[in-house]
Amino acid sequence: MDKLVSSLNCTLHLRDGQRSFELDVDFHLAAGELLALSGPSGSGKTSVLRILAGLESRAKGRLVFQGQVWQDHAQQIFLPPQQRSIGVVFQDYALFPNMNVRQNLHFALFKHESTALIDELLDVMDLQDLARAFPRELSGGQQQRVALARALVRRPKLLLLDEPLSALDTQMREHLQQYIQELHKRYALTTLLISHHPEEIQRLAQRVLVMEKGKIVGEAIPAEESKKGFQLRAIWMGAVDGMAQVQLGENMLRTVVKENEVFEIQVGQVVWIRMLSKDEFEILPEIT
Amino acid sequence: MDFINTLLLTLRLAAITTIILLVLGIPIAYRLAYSRSAWKPILEALVSLPLVLPPTVIGFYLLLAFSPNSGLGQWLQETFDLRLVFTFGGLVLGSVIYSFPFMVQPLQSGFEHLPAHLAEASYTLGKSSWTTLWRVLLPNIRPALLSGLVLSFAHTVGEFGVVLMIGGNIPGVTRVASIAIYDEVEALNFGEANRYALTLVLLTFVFLALFFRYNRRSQPWISW
Repeated sequence: MDKLVSSLNCTLHLRDGQRSFELDVDFHLAAGELLALSGPSGSGKTSVLRILAGLESRAKGRLVFQGQVWQDHAQQIFLPPQQRSIGVVFQDYALFPNMNVRQNLHFALFKHESTALIDELLDVMDLQDLARAFPRELSGGQQQRVALARALVRRPKLLLLDEPLSALDTQMREHLQQYIQELHKRYALTTLLISHHPEEIQRLAQRVLVMEKGKIVGEAIPAEESKKGFQLRAIWMGAVDGMAQVQLGENMLRTVVKENEVFEIQVGQVVWIRMLSKDEFEILPEIT
Repeated sequence: MDFINTLLLTLRLAAITTIILLVLGIPIAYRLAYSRSAWKPILEALVSLPLVLPPTVIGFYLLLAFSPNSGLGQWLQETFDLRLVFTFGGLVLGSVIYSFPFMVQPLQSGFEHLPAHLAEASYTLGKSSWTTLWRVLLPNIRPALLSGLVLSFAHTVGEFGVVLMIGGNIPGVTRVASIAIYDEVEALNFGEANRYALTLVLLTFVFLALFFRYNRRSQPWISW
């Protein structure tokens, strides 16, 4: 397979409180891409990230990252997280409370490696002044920057971000989006970003996968011109009695339409839609 | 002289027991804290058993098990020339079993209360579970470690039933302070009993006071 493409094709039995469901995903990730994963909570996004990180050994299927097999259930291959070229930022940051900022970064260094990269990362993330501070002394945004910097100390090829900005206020979020963008380019990373925020996805991601109940139900390319959100590819199923129907993944969605909005669309045609609520959509002119 | 010897023996027993418990307790508490096995409740019940059983029950079974007349006792004696009944070695073993939950429970609770992602974050930073345990998990459960140490030590100093059953009352060998107190009271030597009792009260008080003082200063980064 192409060394510039990574692929994940796997299933995993998940339990979410009382109910259990099957995670079943199959997608590709191009080198250098920033892919967003979106969808309601409990849809399995974090599990996908954990499979990529090597924290879910129970997953059945195959994961190949840029030509290297990381996981293959059939061949009993499982690379532990230590042997994968990854950097992970957890939702709760997971900074080590007993170490200060510099020590948190230093902990991640390979043996005998110079500390030059630590200084560089502290610089890039504007953390030099906080190098001696302990995590409990930092604000949410500062902790987030430390977590990002720490995730890059091992020069990973794949950066995994689990809703990294969800706990921050709007201003801080925009500020940190710039850091993520900067890091992604500067270190030539392939990045998977889990996010709920359409504007964040719009701003950062080159592509977005939408998940629901363990399945990928939509794929979209955030469009510049679409200011409110991102667009999804859905299959047109026709309109009856003023109710338009499209199929998004395995889900059938309905919305009220006027006839002149839909008279040119053929059944089976791919249309671009924008979600207005969980099961309501509007049809968009096709983007190029 | 007998007084000092008895006290030294008591402290030696408590110190050795605590060190053994620390070495055994860390891996067991770690396993229990992160286990998803169906056997976990059974193991937890087993670890906690000494909390609720009368010490004499534990002592009684240890006595039966290690007596030279039993299969195990005979085997130990013949194979390793090891006699555990009415010896200091037997006291240590009995104390380790008796104080086991006092070390394991604080440690397990310490591990369980750590943020879930700390260990995983360390793994994704390329660190082995051994390095993670030493450099991330243990330093962040220092208050729990201290609790385990202090409780095990104090509990061993205060034990009576197990010691009496398996150790008996041999001066300089198995006669610890709590046994000495009982012995002196039986002989109506209230003054001597008081000397032992008061020393124990003072010793454990100072010990606990030092613990609380140190415990407050040792955790500048964490609030429980």
